[in-house]
Amino acid sequence: MPYEAPDFYGIDELLTEDERMIRDAVRGWVEDRVLPVISEHYLNGTFPTDLIPEMAELGLLGAGIDGYGCPGLGAVAYGLILQELERGDSGIRSFASVQGSLVMWPIRHYGSEEQRKRWLPALHKGEAIGCFGLTEPDHGSDPGGMETRAVKQGDRYVLNGAKMWITNGSMADVAVVWAKLDGVVRGFLVEKGTPGFLQRSMGKKFSLRASDTSELVLQDVAVPLGNLMPGVEGLRGPLNCLTQARAGIAWGVCGAAMACYDEARRYALQRTQFGKPIGQFQIIQGKLVEALAEITKMQLLNLRMGRIKEGGKVTPQQVSLAKRNGCHFALEIARTCRQILGANGITAEYQVMRHMCNLESVITYEGTHDIHTLILGHAITGLDAFR
Amino acid sequence: MELFVCIKRVPDSAAKIRVAADGKGIDPAGVEHVISPYDEIALEKAVQIKEAAGAGAVTVICFGPAEATKEIRQALAMGADKAIHLKDPGGARGPLGVARVLADNIRARKFDAILFGRQSIDGDNSAVGIIVAQLLGLPVVSLVTKLELKDGVGVAHREAEGGTEVVEVKLPAVFTAQRGLAEPRYPSIKGIMMAKKKPVEEILAPAPSGRLEIEKLSPPAERAAGKIVGEGKAAVPALVKLLRQEAKVI
Ligand SMILES: Cc1cc2nc3c(=O)[nH]c(=O)nc-3n(C[C@H](O)[C@H](O)[C@H](O)COP(=O)(O)OP(=O)(O)OC[C@H]3O[C@@H](n4cnc5c(N)ncnc54)[C@H](O)[C@@H]3O)c2cc1C
Repeated sequence: MPYEAPDFYGIDELLTEDERMIRDAVRGWVEDRVLPVISEHYLNGTFPTDLIPEMAELGLLGAGIDGYGCPGLGAVAYGLILQELERGDSGIRSFASVQGSLVMWPIRHYGSEEQRKRWLPALHKGEAIGCFGLTEPDHGSDPGGMETRAVKQGDRYVLNGAKMWITNGSMADVAVVWAKLDGVVRGFLVEKGTPGFLQRSMGKKFSLRASDTSELVLQDVAVPLGNLMPGVEGLRGPLNCLTQARAGIAWGVCGAAMACYDEARRYALQRTQFGKPIGQFQIIQGKLVEALAEITKMQLLNLRMGRIKEGGKVTPQQVSLAKRNGCHFALEIARTCRQILGANGITAEYQVMRHMCNLESVITYEGTHDIHTLILGHAITGLDAFR
Repeated sequence: MELFVCIKRVPDSAAKIRVAADGKGIDPAGVEHVISPYDEIALEKAVQIKEAAGAGAVTVICFGPAEATKEIRQALAMGADKAIHLKDPGGARGPLGVARVLADNIRARKFDAILFGRQSIDGDNSAVGIIVAQLLGLPVVSLVTKLELKDGVGVAHREAEGGTEVVEVKLPAVFTAQRGLAEPRYPSIKGIMMAKKKPVEEILAPAPSGRLEIEKLSPPAERAAGKIVGEGKAAVPALVKLLRQEAKVI
């Protein structure tokens, strides 16, 4: 039985024809190319690199970037792409989010003209892969405490430090590395193969297994002065990138929740116990109703967030709320749906458990649930509870 | 190379089809429409031929209702260069009537080949492409699985019983696409954005003049439940008896 994407409030009608066509193209591609292979990659802990050229061919990488050969899609169209990718797997969506929001976006907005020309077309075409190095072993929620340092020595910047949990880290051709230069956070472009730059896969994960999570070690890594991104200083550099990516995550997790809901609903109709389909029991119905209600709210929230983002007026706090809410309920839905599938729900024959495990990463990265609570608490009360 | 591809708007194969209240058509409520899949194969092949040649144009022709602009845009997003929308004024139609509308519109145009799907997935008649060829006095190769167009000649492989028939025809000619001829692409974002800017010629088509009239549509009868006559060797005589006397198949 084919996938029936829940759209209880006719949100389709609020989309433009372009947006629907783009969404449907990605949905079809995920159905044909991602779903048949993703379980195997998940079990093996590998990223399906052969899908990168296909994503590029469709034009998905950095699709929200304007100029330099990129399509410059609006926030809703871009969000719908991520929703469909994460309906496949959070790892695929993470790849696209990092490439588009955390690598291409800062290069577009903070990079020099030379950096943009060099990297943006290549990243869009999938000829180069990027990663974003902010988190360190000892500094996650509090990136301002980072220890990675850059020092100017003649015509070079010399970087020392370590980054951890870096998506696309081991395969990246270019890393956006955040480091302190004279005590101020700055962004540097560090290329694969630069002496002293080590990119090492971290392995051994129970979550986001079809994704490259790596550490970056920088030991006296010397880069030309031209590799510093001139357009931003301070923590707002990486934080603005995160706002872009978090908006995409809010859309993405909705896709994962839609996949789980659709699978559980179908299963509930076809699985019989006590002489009737389990979907006829009130408890199962209640679970499906909760899931549908939360998905519908997420869809409306995302659409509104996208539209105000397109109008240039979205605040980081509005994005925090959508990221926080989306991850929380997507994870709840995945857990509930997994239970609806009983024992089958733990197998690789079905998607629910893979989504459920993935979402534990998604609720953690780009600001944990609690960190977003503090961001919103700060916005509401004016009182900073971080420290 | 000027290539025409005729596409039809049909209900999505995943749609749940219900007969409309008048008993003569399909209830459109909640039914998604798509380009008929074999037509998509024909379109993909045409686009590939054009891309390989590096010259020429692919024109999609759709006889369909106003809503078919959606399928036409999809075709443009998949690589067609322009479109002709023959707007269907409504009313009953059969393959002959539709073929006449298409042929009358195509007759005065210049082209090297017209591609169709082998059949539409709603009517399943496998007729329109072949009738259009007949009306235009052109050679036609149906069920094509491989196609090469060069120097005024078309070489088409077609499925024949127990093998493959290779047919050489002079162009212009008509071909109908079988599965395997090409793998339709997903429209890229660039393709979708560009589709808006491609020209669509809109023509109010005359009502088709075929002789077919639909009197009544009805869903196929529910299949009766199967019967298990027994297990293992012991069941064979009873099964043979039933196959002879009841099912009358042996
Ligand atoms: C699969 C994966 C991929 C990732 N990809 C990237 C990437 O590409 N680039 C990158 O830079 N990073 C990446 N990360 C890192 C991610 O952003 C961090 O893990 C995240 O920010 C949390 O940091 P931490 O793990 O150090 O947890 P900590 O900051 O140590 O937090 C631990 C716990 O303490 C809580 N906590 C912390 N501070 C407070 C406070 N003030 N008040 C209340 N509670 C608090 C947190 O909510 C959490 O529950 C990735 C992580 C994962 C798991």
